Amino acid sequence: MAKSHVTTTVNGDEYEFLCDTEQTLLDILRDELLLTGTKEGCATGDCGACSVMLDGCLVCACLVLGVEAAGKSIETVEGLAHGDELHPLQQKFLEHNGAQCGICTPGMLIAAKALLEVEPDPSETEIRYWLAGNLCRCTGYDKIIRAVMAAAEEMREVRS
Amino acid sequence: MTITQDDLRYDPDRKLKVVGTTPIKPDGVDKVTGRAKFGADVHLPGMLVGKVLRSPYAHAIIESIDTSAAEALAGVKAVVTRDDFPELPPGEFRNISCNFMAREKAFYDGHAVAAVAATSERIAKKALKLIVVDYQVLPHVIDVMDAIKPDAPILFEDMVTQGMDPARGGPTNIVQRKEFTMGDADAGFAEADIIVERVFDTKPMHQGYIEPQACVANYTEDGQTELWCCTQGHFIYRTRLAAVLKMDISKIRVTQSELGGGFGGKTMFYIEPVAIALSRKANRPVKITLTRNEVLRATGPVAGTHSRIKMGMTKDGKFTAAEAELYFQTGPFTGSAFVNAPQAMFTRYDLQNIRAVGYEVVSNRPKVNAFRAPCVPQVVFGVEGVIDELAKKIGMDPIDLRLRNAAVEGYETIYGATFGPVGFVETLEAAKAHPHYTAPLGANQGRGVATGFWFNRGGETTASLNITPDGTVTLLLGNPDVAGSRVSICMMVAEELGIGVDKVRPIIGDTSTLGFNRVTAGSRVTFSAGIAVVLSARKAIKILCQRAAMMWDVPEDGVVFEDGHVRPASSNVGDFEPLSIADIAKKATETGGPIAGHAEIVAEGAGPGFGCHIVDVEVDKETGAVKIVRYTVVQDAGKAIHPHQVEGQYQGAAAQGIGWALNEEYIYDQDGRMENAGFLDYRIPVASDLPMIDTVIIEVPNPLHPYGLRGVGEVPLVPTMAAIANAIDDAIGIRPRSLPMSPPKVLKLIEEAAEGRDRA
Repeated sequence: MAKSHVTTTVNGDEYEFLCDTEQTLLDILRDELLLTGTKEGCATGDCGACSVMLDGCLVCACLVLGVEAAGKSIETVEGLAHGDELHPLQQKFLEHNGAQCGICTPGMLIAAKALLEVEPDPSETEIRYWLAGNLCRCTGYDKIIRAVMAAAEEMREVRS
Repeated sequence: MTITQDDLRYDPDRKLKVVGTTPIKPDGVDKVTGRAKFGADVHLPGMLVGKVLRSPYAHAIIESIDTSAAEALAGVKAVVTRDDFPELPPGEFRNISCNFMAREKAFYDGHAVAAVAATSERIAKKALKLIVVDYQVLPHVIDVMDAIKPDAPILFEDMVTQGMDPARGGPTNIVQRKEFTMGDADAGFAEADIIVERVFDTKPMHQGYIEPQACVANYTEDGQTELWCCTQGHFIYRTRLAAVLKMDISKIRVTQSELGGGFGGKTMFYIEPVAIALSRKANRPVKITLTRNEVLRATGPVAGTHSRIKMGMTKDGKFTAAEAELYFQTGPFTGSAFVNAPQAMFTRYDLQNIRAVGYEVVSNRPKVNAFRAPCVPQVVFGVEGVIDELAKKIGMDPIDLRLRNAAVEGYETIYGATFGPVGFVETLEAAKAHPHYTAPLGANQGRGVATGFWFNRGGETTASLNITPDGTVTLLLGNPDVAGSRVSICMMVAEELGIGVDKVRPIIGDTSTLGFNRVTAGSRVTFSAGIAVVLSARKAIKILCQRAAMMWDVPEDGVVFEDGHVRPASSNVGDFEPLSIADIAKKATETGGPIAGHAEIVAEGAGPGFGCHIVDVEVDKETGAVKIVRYTVVQDAGKAIHPHQVEGQYQGAAAQGIGWALNEEYIYDQDGRMENAGFLDYRIPVASDLPMIDTVIIEVPNPLHPYGLRGVGEVPLVPTMAAIANAIDDAIGIRPRSLPMSPPKVLKLIEEAAEGRDRA
């Protein structure tokens, strides 16, 4: 079967790739573009480790086909920092030890960023429900939630 | 005089600058930017994709395997089956070999029977469908108590139960029996005023690491192999790979990736020898990444148990005796580490009369693997439930009863060791004093407490510390960092050398860079590597002093090392400006060469750890659903080198225990196939299931560690399920004795109570 030629934008850079119809966006990011920051934990949309932004929507990259990325804009963990300046979420995850083993961290960061874009001042409960699709087995979520709250506070202060 | 680990003792008067603070960990930035390389994140030129064919049957003789059609498919570069692995004599390595690739029989749904390597995943999957396996399906047995029935399907016709006196012949599924006793249990029960005896069941669950196993193997024509994989112990992987593949140990180089969670589940390999065999056959690098379905069906799980637990007590609350009969599922092959259970389950109480018997039982489930305090939480679920009942019978506060019976320094344990300074009493007192313990409860809420113990471990550990020409330090370590050990180890080096922790740069070396390191498990690494790096640092300091003495032309005993500088020991030595490490390192070439320290030790003196958990639950009496409302972990860490890392261990383990308590179990259909092999149906706790998890770090120093620390990773899982069961009992007046305490089971208890049945 012939592969499809796809042009897409990842973290602001244009990429072209050839894609089997059954290849997911996650397969493409990891195996074709070698952007391995986005992780695979289940490939069934249940763990959130592959969370990315697709044209501003939070999605599991394992549930999106590679061909669907055509003409779209994708944001992954590799695009969070600006130059040598970490995103406030990244900085707070470091300070609060929100990343233990680190495998869920890229997905958590992307999902948390999506939350703070729609709700700059989320309650603890709102954060817990928003991140309920992102599994973590190391932390018990405590330090992740605290890191997100701290980042939200800092981002609000910067804005005001 | 050579410094040894015996020279490193805890110094209570030492002023600490780095230890006890919370610097950002050296692996942090890589983990928040996506740079960190995990098992599946490596791509080599020419790399093939490996996929594994798995048995759909729980128990079947493999009559034949025809791989010809798969081999003929364009793009397929290698196919391997049982015929591609050496025959081994009965024993551990044969069991390992028969587990990663089935031989005569497939023993569980998901057991590997063949594997292919192809130029793409699509071709590899297609090739798997072309492999023809002729199975003769056999009756199977899943549950531990079914497996010991006289008419149970037998997995191994030649199995004889070890440890039975007289030896019990076959056919049997009982691998072995181990009995541990101290004192006279019968006499102890005769002294008791109150005896409680109960039966408990726990289900197998999975370690649940988010990173599926993944590896890349590259076997070259000269018989060498390089392996990249996610593992808790690359050295033990190497040893076992050499044994099962009949290779020289030195020809296998294992590089550990960052580890995306393990919790015990990555102490044993599954795909690595298969990838090596495929690479050997294909002459190309081969990558295998497990799917979540494969992770659940063919790795882990944690042993399920059936246990009978009996304890006796005087009417004023003194324990007189304890007895246990324990059955552990091990999957088809021995290796459950069940002997931990009888040795640890009662240890923390001042009991003098104990009889505990454990049985390890095979059945048609995946071979079990370790999980935090292997095999102990399952049976502490029962012990702490019985103790809760005893407390109720005499109307004593449950923490007071535990305090009344708490073991202290000098207690001789059932496993032969005598407690040094231990922090169980301090832990219990802190739990009792915590505001959580006396906070008011709402409607349908209940509160439970439970305690746990773990031995903590030491073992073979190596480290190499090099002082660079500018005085900063590189540190080579031999243990995968399963979450927080690296930073803590660097902090101890920084403290020793009087430099900032950012001046110590660690890497975890591959198996060719250091001597053997025991697997990262048993809460051993921060303790053991701590000793190894402190020893390395002190050796380097000795050399720094020698070099400074040489630079000043004074006797070696005329200088001292303080706060990162070598100074004259007294004004009599001379008037010299102190030399920093950098000052001395700069002159290293002139004074004798590069400055380093290294250590190769068997770390000894691990101090036991104790914890007490307090949990509030709310039970929905309409549905039986249990919500965790508040959770507090109190545990002795000896000394928290990096408190955030310690808290993370407490919180994460408690969350895992909450999953085990309320949701997690393997569900099998009548054919022995796992029905919930995915994260949607095998549901681990999510953020919205949990409250913040409060922690209290108790610090009763371990005198045998230079900074007083005790391992902390195992203990915080041990009490969890018992604490939650005790809380549910407090809320609804009925004690669940079977895990998971899922809504249907809790609802049934509520309904039975409403019908007025006496469950005692």
